[in-house]
Amino acid sequence: MTTLDTVAARPTRQSRGTRLVNRVFLVRELGILIGLALLVTGTAVANPRFLTAQSVKDLLLGSTILAILAVGQAVVVITRNVDLSVGSVLGLSAFAAGTLFLRWPDLPIPVAFGAGVALGTVCGAVNGALIAAARVPALVVTLGTLYVFRGIDYVWASGRRVNAADMPGGFLRLGTATVWGVPVLTLFAVVVLLVAGYALRSYRSGRDLYAIGSDPAAARLSGIRVGRRVFAAFVVSGALAGLAGVLYAARFGTLDANAGVGAELNVVAAVVVGGVAIFGGSGSVYGAALGAVLLTTIGSALPVLGINPFWQRAAVGVLILAAIGLDRALAVRVGRSLRQRSAHG
Amino acid sequence: MTPPLLALDGVSKSFGAVAALREVRLELTVGEIHGLVGENGAGKSTLVKVLAGAHPPDEGTLTLDGEPLVLNGPADARGAGIAVIYQEPTLFPDLSVAENIFVGRQPLRGLRRVDRPAMRSRATALFARLGVHLDPDRPARGLSIADQQLVEIAKALSFDARILVMDEPTAALSGVEVERLFAVTRSVRDSGAAVLFISHRFDEIFALCQRITVLRDGRWVSTDPVAALTVDQLVRRMVGREVSSLYPKQDAAVREPRLEVRGLTRAGVFTDVTFTVHSGEIVALAGLVGAGRSEVVRAVFGVDRYDRGEVVVAGARLPRNSTAEAIRAGLALVPEDRRQQGLVMELSVERNATLPRRWSLSRFGFLTGASERRSARTWAERLRVRTARLSDPVWMLSGGNQQKVVLAKWLSTEPRVLIVDEPTRGIDVGTKAEVHRLLSQLAADGVAVLMISSELPEVLGMADRVLVMHEGRLVADIPRDRAGEESVMLAATGQGGPR
Repeated sequence: MTTLDTVAARPTRQSRGTRLVNRVFLVRELGILIGLALLVTGTAVANPRFLTAQSVKDLLLGSTILAILAVGQAVVVITRNVDLSVGSVLGLSAFAAGTLFLRWPDLPIPVAFGAGVALGTVCGAVNGALIAAARVPALVVTLGTLYVFRGIDYVWASGRRVNAADMPGGFLRLGTATVWGVPVLTLFAVVVLLVAGYALRSYRSGRDLYAIGSDPAAARLSGIRVGRRVFAAFVVSGALAGLAGVLYAARFGTLDANAGVGAELNVVAAVVVGGVAIFGGSGSVYGAALGAVLLTTIGSALPVLGINPFWQRAAVGVLILAAIGLDRALAVRVGRSLRQRSAHG
Repeated sequence: MTPPLLALDGVSKSFGAVAALREVRLELTVGEIHGLVGENGAGKSTLVKVLAGAHPPDEGTLTLDGEPLVLNGPADARGAGIAVIYQEPTLFPDLSVAENIFVGRQPLRGLRRVDRPAMRSRATALFARLGVHLDPDRPARGLSIADQQLVEIAKALSFDARILVMDEPTAALSGVEVERLFAVTRSVRDSGAAVLFISHRFDEIFALCQRITVLRDGRWVSTDPVAALTVDQLVRRMVGREVSSLYPKQDAAVREPRLEVRGLTRAGVFTDVTFTVHSGEIVALAGLVGAGRSEVVRAVFGVDRYDRGEVVVAGARLPRNSTAEAIRAGLALVPEDRRQQGLVMELSVERNATLPRRWSLSRFGFLTGASERRSARTWAERLRVRTARLSDPVWMLSGGNQQKVVLAKWLSTEPRVLIVDEPTRGIDVGTKAEVHRLLSQLAADGVAVLMISSELPEVLGMADRVLVMHEGRLVADIPRDRAGEESVMLAATGQGGPR
């Protein structure tokens, strides 16, 4: 074969294609940031109390659990799947953490975290195994496990509830503690976000997830072990939902079998608003997390603005439609400009 | 002769009761481009899948460099240095070109992280070696099919593939793109690889290959050096019978104008397109890929918008952007991409064949299975669709038979104007002749036929008039007796033909 050292050594400049793609990426995530900034500024102008240290802290706390779930969901959605069972997994894990403390009040806190994450991992593995082995669409499988996991939760709780008084003070303080004004729980979310974002961008396994979502058949032909990767994505989503469950227990203290009911729809909304394409292959966990923050902010801004909170759901709906519309418009524009360049190139 | 690099011996493969390959043999040697021809359904695609590791053979042996080779998955084939380039490449639209080349094998730096700069420079080096200019950072979405194939070839080179299997790579390419692909293919061969080249176009096979293997009905028929073969011999071996004539256009009386297109313009796509198709006439729309031919007929049929101009069918003006009105006026469009635009792959043959007529076949708003089946059977027989059962889903059929179902679907509406876009793309000579015979018959019955085709022999053989498009404009209108390869090509490349 010919040698190409001279050519290979030539530095490649940032081409127009990269810039275009980067710009789209930026536009997408910047768009949410700008929307968020406008919302916060607007609300703060209307009611300065919106920006006190306490309410910012509440806002971050409120976003934390949704953001962690959204990161896990984004990992799944990027592979052209969806995990509807996250709300139930969260509920199960939260109740498990509470029950553990009820039984062994002196249990070290990390053990509770470990147990919650392990429970979530098992749930995710059940989802992943059903989807990868039985080749049933994720939508159907996780809709099923949504009810199954919640059912287990109900049977287990059988009407009981765990009260804040039953939990060790150290655990509950975790739910309110701050480091330099930032809630500790939020730091969990930040770590999760950075790790997931880096893994998706810089590791083969992460890139494989994008390839699978972009074209599952081609991924298989490229020798990517699609089943194994999709399984792993569901395990990650389950584990993060388990983690979110323990954080939920620490934050709210009082638990019954209804923790996290309906959370899955908020999570999917956050992911979509955050620019992760619902048909997989594109988007980032950063966008998904931003989407979670934006949705939470809307939730707390509307009452401050004196708008009937019933409008909140409608606002979220409009936002989802706007996000999809924006993605569509961007895709069309990018597609057109790329086509023109290949026609002339 | 040098010992073969890759040899297949007695390879058989069945799907259920259907034997796709029966004791096929094939030898590829270093530094050769080996042509593989056969009708659709002859087993070419199955053979490719065997080599790609997607279908393990039921019987028979593969040997690589004299060592037995077992392929149980795509990863095995890649490990053995076998790369397959499909007619429609399977790239990841959302990933960059460089990532597409190295997917699953990205160069790594510390901590097993993906090394993006290395990936980019290696992709650039591969393109330089192929002598093409492609931006490794752009996403694969929006690349032309020709460029997508180049990415696939670069991918093959990136893991030092020694055996390159190209499954009808030229079917969707324009003349210039074909030449570029040939140059790349020859350079791959000269660097010590063996190439298996599959095509329905004999001129390409003869121009590129050193040896040609013929398959028929899943069996090996012959392997000969190119010099020892003529096109006639090849065709006879492929079909096992004499093909009477490939282009049997009969002269039909040209009657009143059926389809009149006046000043049709869509900004940036096509400009001021004016032409008329009379009943009994076959008019070919020629031009390079990307000249705007498909876009014009899509606008005529009401799929796409147009900005100015009008479409008149049998004296009545068609409202723009309404496919339903176009069908009602007697227009039918057999689209270029049958998989995406012409057929619902999961539905049965009969369902597909009756789809546009589901209203006329229904009684009180309900479709009755019996009337659907009856009508489908009539057309399947007329077009000689080869399928075990009409209730089989369409994806189970071979490409040629799928094309026949698309034709059946629209012919059953008894159109007055039939528009066909690349009607014989990727189908074998036997089916091709049947399609041509059918189009000719339709014209003789008084249908106005507008045919888009990139194959010059087909255009020249079938058309009463040749319209040529270049960069969105109609540049030539050449009657049959003056149309020749040269005049059409000159006009298509914008060198000014007779207007």
